[in-house]
Amino acid sequence: MAIQWDVHLDTLGLFCPMPIIKTSKKIKELAVGQVLQVVSDDEGIKKDMPAWCETTGHEYLGLEEEVNGNTTHYKTYVRKTK
Amino acid sequence: MSTTAKLDPQVALAELQERKPDRVTIVVLSGNMDRVMSAFIIATGAASMGMQVTMFFTFWGLNAIRKPGVSSKAADWLRRAFGFLNRGGADTLPLSRFHFWGLGTRIMKLVMRRNRMPGVPELMDMAKDLGVRFIACTTTLGLMGITKDTLIDGIDQFAGVSTYLAEAKDAQVNLFI
Repeated sequence: MAIQWDVHLDTLGLFCPMPIIKTSKKIKELAVGQVLQVVSDDEGIKKDMPAWCETTGHEYLGLEEEVNGNTTHYKTYVRKTK
Repeated sequence: MSTTAKLDPQVALAELQERKPDRVTIVVLSGNMDRVMSAFIIATGAASMGMQVTMFFTFWGLNAIRKPGVSSKAADWLRRAFGFLNRGGADTLPLSRFHFWGLGTRIMKLVMRRNRMPGVPELMDMAKDLGVRFIACTTTLGLMGITKDTLIDGIDQFAGVSTYLAEAKDAQVNLFI
């Protein structure tokens, strides 16, 4: 089951801390209640995104992993809460 | 009759964070590329998480915030010579290990560029953009023959140890790199 999202953010090819920095900027463009999908190929995002949500207070909705050959795309979902 | 205010922990927490954000201070003493990079990665990460970040540059760390290629304008020749020999600029920092007279650092930078990893100059711009505050230590500036006008624009303060401690005592994360 795919998670529904409103805004997409591509961070493929970028390393820590870029996905988090881009997320923090992108989330400002969303309305409260909207969901941001962040796609990354850096495995660290699996832990970093929940940690970012815990600190900033936004809601972490989950993770989807998509394996394409020998690269994995990690799709994380964040709901803007404020 | 007294009314009891209902406390919503989520709202209370949000209010608390609004008033008093988590604070981070980082003392950057090292002028090595790998260490300064780590400092900036932590600083930009923390700023992205809504924390208020202050970086204190002292000793070799000052090299990161010097304008590249600008020679020292210190008054006495000893300091001027030191400022000349000690090259500055965010892009000139050597690796702490495997520098190999510049070759190791060049290879590392090449690998980083190929992988689209931001280097020290890019991370520093990002940090400024995210509102990270830069403070330069005045004592070591003088000691190392570095004058204020040879530093990059956007240094928020020139200060000493008391300023650092006043910030650090209220911060949750204090790092020395």
